[in-house]
Amino acid sequence: MAETIVERPVALRGSTELHEADGTLPKRPVMRGRKIRTRLAGRYLILVVGAIVMIGPFLWMINASLKTDRDIQQIPPSILPNPATGTNYTRVVNAFPFWRFMGNSLVVSLLSTFLQLFLASTAAYCFARIEFKGRNLLFGLYLATMMIPLQVVIVPLFIEMRNLHLVNSYAGLLLPTIVSSFGTFLMRQAFMALPKDLDEAAHIDGAGHIRIFFKILLPLTAPSLATFSVFAFMSSWNAFLWPLVITRGSQEHMTLPVGLSLLQGRYQTSWNVLMAGSVLTIAPIVIFYVFTQRWVVRSVAFNASKG
Amino acid sequence: MVGMSGWKKFGVVCIFLAPSFIALVAFSLGPMVGTAWVSLQDWNLIRPARFVGLANFRELWHDEKFHRGLFNTLYYLVGYIPLVTLGGLAMAVLLNTRVKLVSLFRAMYFLPVITSWVVVSLLWRWLLNPKDGLVNFLLRKVGIHGPGWWTDSTWAMPSVILASAWKDFGFVMVILLAGLQSIPETLYEAARLDGAGAWRQFRLVTLPLLTPSMFFVLVISLINGFQVFDQVWVMTPNGGPGGSTSVVMEQVVKNTFDYGRAGYASAMSIVLFAIILIVTAVQLRMQKRWVFYG
Repeated sequence: MAETIVERPVALRGSTELHEADGTLPKRPVMRGRKIRTRLAGRYLILVVGAIVMIGPFLWMINASLKTDRDIQQIPPSILPNPATGTNYTRVVNAFPFWRFMGNSLVVSLLSTFLQLFLASTAAYCFARIEFKGRNLLFGLYLATMMIPLQVVIVPLFIEMRNLHLVNSYAGLLLPTIVSSFGTFLMRQAFMALPKDLDEAAHIDGAGHIRIFFKILLPLTAPSLATFSVFAFMSSWNAFLWPLVITRGSQEHMTLPVGLSLLQGRYQTSWNVLMAGSVLTIAPIVIFYVFTQRWVVRSVAFNASKG
Repeated sequence: MVGMSGWKKFGVVCIFLAPSFIALVAFSLGPMVGTAWVSLQDWNLIRPARFVGLANFRELWHDEKFHRGLFNTLYYLVGYIPLVTLGGLAMAVLLNTRVKLVSLFRAMYFLPVITSWVVVSLLWRWLLNPKDGLVNFLLRKVGIHGPGWWTDSTWAMPSVILASAWKDFGFVMVILLAGLQSIPETLYEAARLDGAGAWRQFRLVTLPLLTPSMFFVLVISLINGFQVFDQVWVMTPNGGPGGSTSVVMEQVVKNTFDYGRAGYASAMSIVLFAIILIVTAVQLRMQKRWVFYG
């Protein structure tokens, strides 16, 4: 296993240069005349077709969410909603405590992200900056857990939560997600990249490890923290299996994706209502994505392993 | 290095490491041991557990439903991995040029990756709706009578594969794009001087130098693919028509929470985990044969 881990950064080295790639690529010798123009046109054509395939379904989803019950059942389907209606959205919001689901998702995702950052960076600092016996062994243990997917431990995890009386609670949703070995790995790399003179100087000035960590080194790892938190937030927002299992039987702490899957049970074939629910579910994360696009693309390339 | 000794150092290490270590043991290592223990029990989560030794594993060996689950999981992988790798590669190659609007296209291709599986599954369930879905409508326009997709036991798994690949194209694209951009331009220049055309450049320069990224994509996709659950659960509830999309994880969840067979489900988890470990180990072994580290 260790091999994959060591190779990961090599495979992804290019990803740091990835963002805003336009125009930054190395020059190719200039081809002249018509040949290059037709080639470019062909490339654009394929790119546009690709864009239609990737974006079209989302547009069709928004389109459907605005259609009336009669309109949605038309064969062949009408191209634009006629008349456009917002009732599907009110139906979604009334059928389930949708705002509550959204609030739950937000609370759980934010807390999970914060705790992951905290646990990963404290552990990473320890592995990068303090020498102690058994350090490598312990770090190896952290990395090894990367190979243990939630899927495999879901049964005992559920039993554990039940024994702790945490089924249907925020803590139950949250706790199994807070430790990220990959985050630890990423943050350790970030700390190791910082020059040691920094902490030595601080130590001479009388600062202890806790001060060095919080005041000096942690702020300098901001890019890694940002990358990691974007990823943690997204995967937490989209998580399905664990929230499904731990909130079974009660809507109080249900998150948005689980709520949406419930909606499917009630509105089997009312695609306009289901699509309205889908639009509401992805709207926050899409807005988040628009503002953090650069970090998102990077963080996925970095964190590919956690899926 | 900040010098310290004895108990003081122990204390500092504890302060920094304890939070994550406790969480690691409580929510990852502990439950892993727990899975192994539960897999040896007959337990419905209500009555006290009863030790049955390897009976669960023996039963799995003969359980045709479980074999079906394994087969379906493999079927998913065999369809999904080539599709998503080739599609992602095509996108990466297309975007690895100095065309305008590259970042716009990349952002669009990436959008499904950030979308939750539940939304993607619902969306494709609808697009692939045999009666009034968009895909069959478009197929009819070009004179093809579309299949029953997720309502049809033959087409249910291909539907899941299609939706999954669509969601993950952007993911593969980003990783391969990073790989492509780290290939030095001088190699292409040398190839051109030797008279290599576009296709030969791709085959002799791009592909070999992209193998490390490809290897990474393969390892990750296989690990994740074996655990396929969300999209199957939402797109084709209850294992799909005739159990045609019943995958291992679906059976784990069903056995634990519906059939009251937590021990049996844990045995399935252990088998799945073992398969993932073996496949990953084999891949690491085989990489020397085809992965090119410059």
